[in-house]
Amino acid sequence: MYDKEEVTRVREAKERWEETTVQQALARFPERYETFTTVSGQPIRRLYTPDDVADMDYLRDLGMPGEYPFTRGPYPTMYRGRLWTMRMFAGFGTAEETNRRFKYLLAEGETGLSIAFDLPTLYGYDTDAPEAEGEFGKCGVAVSSLRDMEILLDGIPLDKITTSMTINSPAAVIWAMYIIAAEKRGIPRRQLGGTIQNDILKEYIAQKEYIFPPEPSMRLVVDTIEFAANEMPRWHPISISGYHIREAGSTAVQELAFTLADGFTYVEAALERGLDIDSFAPRLSFFFNVHNDFFEEIAKFRAARRIWAREMREKYGAKNPRSWTLRFHAQTAGCTLTAQQPENNVVRVAIQALAAVLGGAQSLHTNSMDEALALPSELAVRIALRTQQIIAHETGVTNTIDPLGGSFYVESLTNTMESQAYDYFRKIDALGGVIPAIEKGFFQQEIAEAAFQYQMEVDAKRRIIVGVNEYVEDTPMEIPLLEMDPQGYERQVARLREVRRTRDNREVLKALREVRRAARNGTNLMYPILDAVAAYATLGEIMGVLREEFGEWEEPAWF
Amino acid sequence: MANRKIRVLVAKPGLDGHDRGAKVVARALRDAGFEVIYTGIRQTPEAIVEAAAQEDVDVIGLSILSGAHMALVPKIMRLLKERGMDDVLVLVGGIIPDEDVPKLKALGVKGVFGPGTLTQDIIDFICRELGLETMPAMAAAQS
Amino acid sequence: MHLPDAVDTLISLAREGDMRALARLISVVENDGTQARQVVERLFPHTGRAHIVGITGAPGTGKSTLVNAMARVYRQRGHRVGIIAIDPTSPFSGGALLGDRVRMRDLVGDPGVFIRSMATRGSLGGLAHATDDVVLILDAMGYERILIETVGVGQAEVDIAASAHTVIVVEAPGLGDDVQAIKAGVLEIADIFVVNKADREGADRTFLALQTMLGLGPRRVQHHGRTMTVHEEAPAPDRAWTPPILKTVATRGEGVDAVVDAVEQHREHLRTTHEGQRREEIRIRRELYRILQDALLSRLMERLPPSSLDEVIQQVTSRSVDPYTAAQQLIARAETQPVTR
Repeated sequence: MYDKEEVTRVREAKERWEETTVQQALARFPERYETFTTVSGQPIRRLYTPDDVADMDYLRDLGMPGEYPFTRGPYPTMYRGRLWTMRMFAGFGTAEETNRRFKYLLAEGETGLSIAFDLPTLYGYDTDAPEAEGEFGKCGVAVSSLRDMEILLDGIPLDKITTSMTINSPAAVIWAMYIIAAEKRGIPRRQLGGTIQNDILKEYIAQKEYIFPPEPSMRLVVDTIEFAANEMPRWHPISISGYHIREAGSTAVQELAFTLADGFTYVEAALERGLDIDSFAPRLSFFFNVHNDFFEEIAKFRAARRIWAREMREKYGAKNPRSWTLRFHAQTAGCTLTAQQPENNVVRVAIQALAAVLGGAQSLHTNSMDEALALPSELAVRIALRTQQIIAHETGVTNTIDPLGGSFYVESLTNTMESQAYDYFRKIDALGGVIPAIEKGFFQQEIAEAAFQYQMEVDAKRRIIVGVNEYVEDTPMEIPLLEMDPQGYERQVARLREVRRTRDNREVLKALREVRRAARNGTNLMYPILDAVAAYATLGEIMGVLREEFGEWEEPAWF
Repeated sequence: MANRKIRVLVAKPGLDGHDRGAKVVARALRDAGFEVIYTGIRQTPEAIVEAAAQEDVDVIGLSILSGAHMALVPKIMRLLKERGMDDVLVLVGGIIPDEDVPKLKALGVKGVFGPGTLTQDIIDFICRELGLETMPAMAAAQS
Repeated sequence: MHLPDAVDTLISLAREGDMRALARLISVVENDGTQARQVVERLFPHTGRAHIVGITGAPGTGKSTLVNAMARVYRQRGHRVGIIAIDPTSPFSGGALLGDRVRMRDLVGDPGVFIRSMATRGSLGGLAHATDDVVLILDAMGYERILIETVGVGQAEVDIAASAHTVIVVEAPGLGDDVQAIKAGVLEIADIFVVNKADREGADRTFLALQTMLGLGPRRVQHHGRTMTVHEEAPAPDRAWTPPILKTVATRGEGVDAVVDAVEQHREHLRTTHEGQRREEIRIRRELYRILQDALLSRLMERLPPSSLDEVIQQVTSRSVDPYTAAQQLIARAETQPVTR
C-alpha cells in the first residue's frame, strides 16, 4: 500500500525518534507501565506507522464496503442507507409482563425484538418441573407451551418486525412455537424474519446450557438450517455466537477464533447433509461481544469479516457474495458491568456501543446500568436504548463508512488478530476439529485460564476497574430495581395446567410419537415438532422425548 | 492439628451454567492453599448438602447468577441446619440485589459477594471468619 | 447437632450410620497423626471385609465416569460402595482442586454410596497420603466395595498396586498414538484393562495394541511384575490370572457390568489362590513401612531444635555440605539429644 522506500524512510525516522525525542522524554517522565496491553493482554506499541502495515495490499485486504473481502463493511452504503437494528434483549416473568415490555420498547423507538427466555425454558423444562424450582422468570420469560408464545407475541406486527430469540438446546421447539403462533394469525412462515441463536457449540465451549451430547445436538442444528433453507427464506436459523465465549472470560482473539471455528463446523455439517452452500450460507448470522478495549473490538469485527469471506469463498467454494459476508449482532459486555457505582455502567455501555458501530454491526443491544444487580428496570432500559439513538443521530459517526479504516493502529491490530485466529484454527484442527477439542476440554481450559489471568490482574491492580479496585466509594449508589409480578408464577402454572387439561391429549401423544420416530430414523425433526407444538404439547414434553432418545451431556470440571 | 487443611465446597445450585466466577474463585482458593471441592453446575440443594457432609468441608461457596438465590439458598440453609451443619461457613456469590443481602444474612449466610469482588477479599473473609492468622498457602510456606 | 471432637464418640456415631461422623473421621486421619492412630486402632478389628478396587489411567480416559458407572452396577447388585477420588495437591500453595464429583452426580442421594475427594498432600505415588487409612475406615463402616480413583497424571501410579486388591487400568482412544499405560509404566500392575469410550474412532486400534502388548509379555503380566519391584523375589502363582481387556462406554453404562463381573472374578481368584494372601502381605508390609517412616521421622524431629532443619538446608543450599552428610549429621545430633519438645 505504501512505497517501499517511503516505508524505509518512515522506519528510520521512527527509530531516530525513539532514540532521541522519546528517550529524552522518558528520562524525565517514565511511562506508566513497562508494557501496554489491550484488555486481552495483546501487547501494544507506543506508536504505529506505515511500517506496521507495510505488507498490506489495499484492494486485497480491505477492498470496498459491500465487496469482497468486506473488511470495511458488509453493505455498500452502511449506516448512510440504514442504521443498525436497535434490538434490546428483553424478557422476564410471565408472557404478559414481557409482552408489555416489548410494546414499551417499540414505542420508545426500538426497531427489532429480542426475546430472553428463563432458565427452565432454556433447558427445555416446563415452569412446574421440579428442576425449575426458583428459576421461573428470573433470567427471561417463561414459555412452556404455544399458549405462552401467543400471549408473548400478542399485538406485535410479526410480518413487519424481525425477532431474535436467544434459545439454543430447545431452539427447534421454541422456533416452532413462533411459527405456529404467526400462522394462526394468518402470517405465512415465508414472510417471517428473525433469528434463533441455536448455536450449541458455544454452549459446550462457554455457556454450558447444553442438554444433549454434541452429535444429536449438531443433527438438530442441521435440521433447522435445512428447514430454513427450504421454508423460511427470511430467517436466520443460527446466530454463531462469540458473546458467551467472551463473557466466560476469553480474550478477544479467542472469541474471534472460536466463534469462526464454530461457524466453519456448522458449514461442514450442513454440507455433509448434502445442502448446497449457497442455499444456507447467506442465512448464517453472527453475534459478538463488544468489550471495553475500544480499538481491539473494532479490529476484531473487521478481522472476522475478512476471515469469514476468505474461508467461505476460497475453502468452501461459495459462489454467492452473500454467502461470503459476515453480518453480526453485537451486545455490550455484561461482564464489564459493575455492581459498584452502577451509574458508571451507562458510560461503559456508551463507549462499547460506539465501538460496535465503528466496527460495522448490523444490530445492537446495549446493556442496562443495573444488570450487575438484577433484571433491568424500565428506566435503565430506556437510557440504554437512548444511548444507541444518541450515537446514531448526534455523534456523526454514521456519516461515512468504516471511518477508522486506514488507521495504522487499527489495521495493524486487525492483521495481528487475524493471524492469531489462524494459529487457533491450526490448533483446533490438530485436535481433530471443534467437537473433539470440546471433548478434550481445549476451549474450556483456554477460557478458564484467560478468565483467571484477567482476575489476577484486577486483583493485583495491574488493571484498574473504576469503582472496583480504584476510586472506590463506601456509600452505595441507589438505583430503583425492577419489581416483578409476585403472582406471576401461580398464573403461569395455572395456565400450563389448563393447557394440559383442555387440549386433545390423544393428538398430543400421537404427535410426540412422531417426534420420537423422527429422532430415531433421522428425518428432519422440525416437521413433527411443528405438529406437536400446534397440538399444544409442552416444551418439557417434547424435550423430554428428545432427552430420552438422545441422552444428556455432562462435562468434567476443567480449570 | 498441624496438618489440618481448610476444605471448601464450591457449587452452583440451580440451572444457570455461568461457571466463570465459580471457577476463578475455586482456582484462587486453591492457590491460597485451600482444598477446594468443585461440584460443577446444575446442583440441587440436596446434592450440595450431601457433598458438603461427605467432604466434611469448613466452607461452602455458592455461585448463583440467575436470580434464583431467594429460592435456593433458604433450602440449602434449612438442609444444613437439619443435619447439624449450621457451623459450616456459607458464602454466596453472584448477582444479588442489595435488598436481598440482609435476607440472606438472616438465614445464616455469612458473606455475600457481587460482581467485581476481588478474589483476595473472599480469601481474607474466609480466613477472618475461620480465625486463621494467614491464608493457608502462607502458613505452609512458613512451616 | 454439631459433631463432637472425641474420636470414640465419632466412631460410635459413624457405626450407627451418621454420614457426617464418618466424614469427620476421615478428616481426622487426613489431618492428624496421633488421632489417626487412635482411629485405626479402634477400627482395625472391624476391617478386612471390603474388596478394594483401584482405577488408574491417563487424564481424559474417563476414570470418574467409569467409577460412577461401576458404583451404579454395584448398587444394583446390593453392595454398599465407598469411593475415594484423588487429585493432586499444588506443590506451590498446598491447596488442591478436587473435581471428580462432577462426574458422579448419579450417585447423589443414595445412602449406600459414600464419596470422598482427597488431595495427595505431598504424596507422589498417585494416591493420597492417608488413602489406606481412609480405606480402612470405609471398610470398617461396612462399605463392601471401595473404588479408588487415582490422580492419573505422570509416571508414578504404581502405589495403587499395593493399596488395592484389583487394579483396573483405563485406556481410551484419541489420546495419542501410544497406549497410555505404557507411557505411564502401569501396564504391569493391571489386573483388568478397560478401553473406555469404545464407541469412538480408534477404539479398536487401542484394543489391538493392548492385546499385542500383552501377547508379547504374558508371563511378566501373569507373574505380576509389580511385585518384583516391591519384592526382590517373584513367587509363582498357583494359577495364572490373565488380565482381560474389556470395552466400555461408561457415559452410557455400556460394558460396565462386564467390568464388575471381571472384578468379582478376580476377587474370587485372589480368594482361591495364594495370590490374595500374598497381596495382603504386600499391602500390610507397605503400610507398616509408611507408618514406621512417619513415626521415626517425627521422633527424629522431636529431638531436634526447631531451627536445625532450616540451618542444614541453608548449608546444603550453599554447597558447604552434601545432603547425605547433612542427613547423617541430623540423625547423629538427634540421637545425642534429649527430647526438646
